[in-house]
Amino acid sequence: MPSTKTRVSMTVNGDAVEALVEPRRLLVHLLRDDLNLTGVHVGCDTTHCGACTVDLDGKSIKSCTMFAVQASGAEVRTIEGMAAADGALHALQEGFREMHGLQCGFCTPGMILRAYRLLQENKSPTEAEIRFGISGNLCRCTGYQNIVKAIQYAAAKLNGVPFQEAAE
Amino acid sequence: MIPASFEYHRPQSLNEAVALLAELGEEARPLGGGHSLIPMMKLRLATPAHLVDLAAIGALKGIAVEGGDIVIGAMTTQHEIAGSDLLAAQIPILRETALLIADPQVRYVGTIGGNVANGDPGNDMPAVMLCLGATYHLVGKGGERRVPAREFYRGAYVTALNPGEILTAVRIPAPPAGHGAAYEKLKRKIGDYATAAAAVLLTLRGGNVASCSIGLTNVADTPLWAEAAANILVGSSLDTATVKRAVAAAEAITSPAADTRGPVQYRTKMAGVMLARSLARARQRARNA
Repeated sequence: MPSTKTRVSMTVNGDAVEALVEPRRLLVHLLRDDLNLTGVHVGCDTTHCGACTVDLDGKSIKSCTMFAVQASGAEVRTIEGMAAADGALHALQEGFREMHGLQCGFCTPGMILRAYRLLQENKSPTEAEIRFGISGNLCRCTGYQNIVKAIQYAAAKLNGVPFQEAAE
Repeated sequence: MIPASFEYHRPQSLNEAVALLAELGEEARPLGGGHSLIPMMKLRLATPAHLVDLAAIGALKGIAVEGGDIVIGAMTTQHEIAGSDLLAAQIPILRETALLIADPQVRYVGTIGGNVANGDPGNDMPAVMLCLGATYHLVGKGGERRVPAREFYRGAYVTALNPGEILTAVRIPAPPAGHGAAYEKLKRKIGDYATAAAAVLLTLRGGNVASCSIGLTNVADTPLWAEAAANILVGSSLDTATVKRAVAAAEAITSPAADTRGPVQYRTKMAGVMLARSLARARQRARNA
């Protein structure tokens, strides 16, 4: 049974967007296929891996587990909205580069968006708080060590203090 | 994975939502945070023709004190429960439990109402609600009725909720000052359901247990209220022999499924281990309170 299409409007990376979608359209597909924001990755498609994480109204959410219609009216941020208009990387992007926080890079957009909200809520998280905070994001390459360092790097930079790598 | 087609409704009030559910009948499902329902729909294990999204109904949100009770609106998220100063002060076991559910992203969206209403024996909050003696507010076309959590669960995904009814709030009697409570959950990884888990609420008088209540998660078709086990502990000093008897009584009422989390015997024993750990921590907290 084809269902009635619904008009949704939301703000994505600062831009007002509108689309006509079937109610069953998942937010991740709206972002990737309609808005061409392919930095939002589909990993497991079962709410486990966190690769599809975006920021929505001040929350980190898994966009594979939300219908686009539910997000109507929301403010959404994806990895494409992290760097400044002049191309300068966000502190988190810089941290992932400097600390080698990625290998294949598939989990990185979700990691960065999750870490972004974590640092909004807790400006100076401990290592344990970072690990708990990113526990909804899976990485199969790094073993997380350098991801944690990347987030610590970004926290230091955002707080205006020098980053000191913990002794191994 | 693409769910089957459905019509989407976003009522602005509880009355509107109840009227919609009554009108649409069995083909309609209320949508809370969707973190149980949407994965089921993606797997086509659920194919509702209509979703009635409760997100716009302000009356279903928030945490309030009413007399001696704490009332939590059904659409309150696990993230909000974990972050509530009121709950941290009055019912800290709720924060402890919420933080053991799924992962941060899921907790931002998943709701207390969905967690207790959908009848999944793997969900954590139901056993805590049995332990705390909570009551659920159910609203349907005929008005509101209140059902004790201890009478709500009938089987896996089978509850006292009638078709067309919405669980609107959870009402919890504030535990007495000086209580100790704990929720211990064994899981293989973050995001997993419990292999077994146990909730304990107790009070002490002169070093002995004055009152005790126990809930068990994911070791039967429904959450379990381990009344006999708790009664064994009342009056005791939680000495090893008495705890052992209570653990045996709790294990005796379990009937876990053998699954990837382990065989029946293992999961039964783990329920006992979680109970013993919860008792020890609840006692410590009551002493420190």
